[in-house]
Amino acid sequence: MRYMMIVKHAEDKGPPPQALMDAIAKLGEEAAKAGTMLGQGGLGPTAQGARVVLSGNRVTVVDGPFTEAKEIIGGYAQFELKSKEEAIESAVRFMELHRKHWPGWEGETEVRPMFGPEDPPACRATTHELAVGVK
Amino acid sequence: MPATDIHRTIEAVWRIESPRLIAGLMRIVRDLGIAEDLAQDALVVALEQWPKSGVPDNPGAWLMATAKHRAIDHFRRNTRLERKHEELGRELGEKEMAVPDLISALDDDVGDDLLRLVFISCHPVLSTEAQVALTLRLLGGLTTGEIARAFLAPETTVAQRIVRAKRTLSEKHVPFEMPRREDLAARLSSVLKVVYLIFNEGYSTTSGSDWMRPALCEEALRLGRVLAELAPQEPEVHGLVALMEIQASRSRARVGPSGEPVLLFDQDRALWDQLLIRRGLAALARGERLGVARGSYLLQAQIAACHARTRTPQETDWPRIVELYSALAQLAPSPVVELNRAVAVGMAFGPAAGLELVDALTADRTLENYHLLPSVRGDLLKKLSRIEEACIEFERAASLTNNARERTLLLDRARACAAG
Repeated sequence: MRYMMIVKHAEDKGPPPQALMDAIAKLGEEAAKAGTMLGQGGLGPTAQGARVVLSGNRVTVVDGPFTEAKEIIGGYAQFELKSKEEAIESAVRFMELHRKHWPGWEGETEVRPMFGPEDPPACRATTHELAVGVK
Repeated sequence: MPATDIHRTIEAVWRIESPRLIAGLMRIVRDLGIAEDLAQDALVVALEQWPKSGVPDNPGAWLMATAKHRAIDHFRRNTRLERKHEELGRELGEKEMAVPDLISALDDDVGDDLLRLVFISCHPVLSTEAQVALTLRLLGGLTTGEIARAFLAPETTVAQRIVRAKRTLSEKHVPFEMPRREDLAARLSSVLKVVYLIFNEGYSTTSGSDWMRPALCEEALRLGRVLAELAPQEPEVHGLVALMEIQASRSRARVGPSGEPVLLFDQDRALWDQLLIRRGLAALARGERLGVARGSYLLQAQIAACHARTRTPQETDWPRIVELYSALAQLAPSPVVELNRAVAVGMAFGPAAGLELVDALTADRTLENYHLLPSVRGDLLKKLSRIEEACIEFERAASLTNNARERTLLLDRARACAAG
């Protein structure tokens, strides 16, 4: 099952310590080696972003920074895992690195399953996919 | 944390850690049965202690340390036993090793151990079924029950298969090592074959509603991705990963609302998983960059990539696909590849050219019970407006398939011909 990990924290905590960056890189490398991480990304400052809001039947664009927001999304990662417990375990490991390498930092990793096909995906792999019966 | 939650956490940790644990233990005990037992022992200790003490900060390292101690105990027991044997005037085995060496051995990088574990699980002394079961059990962390469900086999059969496989490896003294250079290509191809077989098994003709089957696709993909990191210099590994990623990208589009198969050209390409396509194309590029002659997985991945890159079926680069199938037919000649080449030729150069190749295959008779042959032939005949002959071919194809939904689809086409 595919899971999205969304990391949230207050903005303007300054740059993360190098030790944390190294530890996260190592964890990412391990996840890639374990074949479980499909992709990841870090998000830039909200000052360079914007919000497009639909409210009161009007669409408006609000430029960043999102100063009123207590927490912003800092990054995400997508994993292919067997269970919610495995997803939680991955997120715990990620947060443990923050605890160890960035004293005082607070935030959360939201673990969310992603929608798959309604029916179990019939993952037909025919080597010979051109033949008419190919799905 | 309630006890049930702890147990589920332990189960998750076990899934993540068990292959590395077993691989690391194999390095010292050199026997799969013992390595697995020691790893299981560590799991049992975790199940006893963690509900009381909480899950340790680094559960993987904890399990490894616990298993290490068990391994050392095991070793000491055996040494004592060997000393006794020596006292009895028997020869001391050459395997004796000092305990400190064991510890340093266990602290080394486990990547190579994992790769050795893959190679031993797919060792040619084992039958294909045994290779598949062992790989899923040791590398995938699947339980015997899960493997049995996935392959629609009784659990006792699978358990027996695994026990026998381990015994065979032990009796034949199969070493826990990297294959020799001259054997590497053959051994690697047997590993890739096992992974691809697991992936293909993920599609079920009879029990598509069973959740274990899609899980097999995912497991095979994961194993492939692991292999790509363990053996990054092997182009065929990347070829296989690319092939599986791209094929898996279509899983949502392959089945219609009532479970009926949807043909490649009728698929809603918006349903293709772009993340998997991107990953597949990246894996393909990685394999191609290695710059040696293309193997059969890379070629198949290149074919799959042709479709993945194309937004509409009409834009398909058929001459390129013909070229790739011709290369594949030269490298690994097979009537099934030839049939696919015929389809591509039909699309690129017209149905008459395709039919010529199909007729040669029909005369050859190797595929005489293969439903896709009359199905393809029917398609080409229909395009040539030879409707009556096409109708007969679709009916024949329907009578040859074991898949009920596919049969319905083919009979529909036969009826459509008859009506049209």
